[in-house]
Amino acid sequence: MIYREAGQFKTSYASDQAIFPIAQDRAVVLLALAAAFVGPPLLATEYWLQAILIPLLIYSLAAIGLNLLTGYAGQLSLGTGGFMAVGAYAAFKLTTAFPQVSIVLVFLLSGLVAAGVGLVFGIPSLRIKGFYLAVATLASQFFLVWLFNKVAWFSNYASSGTITAPDRAVLGVTVTGPSATASARYLTALALVTVFALVAKNLVRGRVGRSWMAIRDRDIAAEIIGVRPLRTKLLAFGISSFYCGVAGAELVFLYLGSAETQAFDIGLSFLILFMVIIGGRGSILGSVLGAVFIVLVPIFLTNAPHALGLRLPVALQKQIELMVFGGLIVFFLIVEPRGLARLWQITKEKLRLWPFPH
Amino acid sequence: MTDLLYLVAVAPFTDMAGSPAFLVEVLLGGVFAGLMYSLVALGFVLIFKASGVFNFAQGVMVLFAALTLVGLLERGVPVVVALALTTAVMVALAFAIERLVLRPLVNQEHIILFMATIGLNFFLEGFGEMVWGANVKRLDIGIPDRSFIVRGVQINQLELTAALTAAVLVTVLALFFQKTRIGRALRAVADDHEAALSIGIPLKTIWVVVWSVAGVVAIVAGVMWGAKSGVQFSLSLIALKALPVLILGGFESVPGAIVGGLIIGVGEKVGEVYWGPLVGGAIENWFAYVLALAFLLARPQGLFGEKIIERV
Repeated sequence: MIYREAGQFKTSYASDQAIFPIAQDRAVVLLALAAAFVGPPLLATEYWLQAILIPLLIYSLAAIGLNLLTGYAGQLSLGTGGFMAVGAYAAFKLTTAFPQVSIVLVFLLSGLVAAGVGLVFGIPSLRIKGFYLAVATLASQFFLVWLFNKVAWFSNYASSGTITAPDRAVLGVTVTGPSATASARYLTALALVTVFALVAKNLVRGRVGRSWMAIRDRDIAAEIIGVRPLRTKLLAFGISSFYCGVAGAELVFLYLGSAETQAFDIGLSFLILFMVIIGGRGSILGSVLGAVFIVLVPIFLTNAPHALGLRLPVALQKQIELMVFGGLIVFFLIVEPRGLARLWQITKEKLRLWPFPH
Repeated sequence: MTDLLYLVAVAPFTDMAGSPAFLVEVLLGGVFAGLMYSLVALGFVLIFKASGVFNFAQGVMVLFAALTLVGLLERGVPVVVALALTTAVMVALAFAIERLVLRPLVNQEHIILFMATIGLNFFLEGFGEMVWGANVKRLDIGIPDRSFIVRGVQINQLELTAALTAAVLVTVLALFFQKTRIGRALRAVADDHEAALSIGIPLKTIWVVVWSVAGVVAIVAGVMWGAKSGVQFSLSLIALKALPVLILGGFESVPGAIVGGLIIGVGEKVGEVYWGPLVGGAIENWFAYVLALAFLLARPQGLFGEKIIERV
């Protein structure tokens, strides 16, 4: 960065292994986090919170989850939407069956349910690799969505098949359901993302993450040096699905309010995968950046013609949006296949040497 | 419990034995549906073989080809001219894709190219609808959608035509790959990019050729599917139908695409008709995937895929 680490000596192993070894970095991150907790609830409008910030946080969480699996463990998955659906329906069933249980606990439990389902659908990964696996994970996507659609028990026999988030409070503040304010839902989502991002960061820095990366880079070599593929791959599927499950529960409880199975279709899986690829595979920060990009671009594209004073027919605008979105994805892949996280890293390195080019 | 066992393991078979004509009808329906899937899967296989790109946009290419053809026909262009023009458009598309997407991304990882084709998917979807309109169109190429009955079995003329077309197409492609000079070059590229380059096979030309051929296959698939169910956006979703066919048959195998299509088509129809009602129906969305998955667990590279030999 523009500041230097000169004079900051590491005198203990703990300081050597800190996530942010430089004091200024730590300060910036803490300030940014504090700003994120305090700023938007005070300043942002309802529209900003509801339409941009809340989905952004939820998608970030799902993208972190998929990044653990695809970016770190190297298992390409197109079943994210299905696992998110598991989380959402599990949370709905749990909280309607046990209304007195804290909603945060319900989120975690539904994450665990999703993890269990993820483990089952992760079993083929032991035999199948690459695109074969990607297509095989589509089986989970279609099967799970079909299951929730067909079996009325999952939606408590609602005639429309819709699950609706009931009112639930944390520490006396209503955070889910129709009467929860956008600020409360935003803060809940932010707190969960912060905690889980921290957990993910520590996971990938440790033994687990290293074994994932070993499997990703060369699975046979990893097996020879003693990384157990069975455990490692299944663990990746389980933890990734846990994240996706929590994100799915949040999607219904904190963002949509009520949802049908269509909310978790294949499009959602691709959207999350885009976030991971555009943001940067194998980067927690990248997952968040990717989510920012994928959430903001469509909103920008929707509003851009209006801001320019163009009056386009709705259908035409929709088509142009699709074209620009597709074009942008290809463009970004060409410019930096390793994603936004890599661009940020390059910027940091450039700034570190600034004003000297070398 | 025994009731359930009876419903799952006995009743479907007694049904089958009870009315063999109906069973044959179901099987034939499966074969036809399977060949239609194969038509789409074929486009995937061609591109994957020659460039290692998992082309998710194949489904949209089918839609795009059908839209272009219908659009031209609606403007009063004769069928033959319209087909030629559509072919020209698909070749132009192949050139554009090679120049704008593949060439800048050469030597990138497979997943990046895969993602790029999803971007392409969005782009073509928007582009096709912008040029030709988004409403459902009827594609009439003069094949009546009538059925006739042979020895008590109902056969749809359109499906029969589609099946024959698929058979002809596969034969032509097989000959093209085996006998022509450019076909040999394609196989060389599929085997090893670098080795092919080093003996002077122009990779760029090969890619344009293979994407063009995939475009032509997309036209055929588009015509057949369009004649069957109308030209509309949902046509691009048949890509998802073709994926299980693909993993079942193996990504690199043209015969695999056909056999895979047949297995999936027949399996899906039989499963839907005889076992579907047990679980409330509408299982065709995922049944093919589960079927393919079961095969994959036994043979991870698909039925006809090249044996994966792994070294450290």
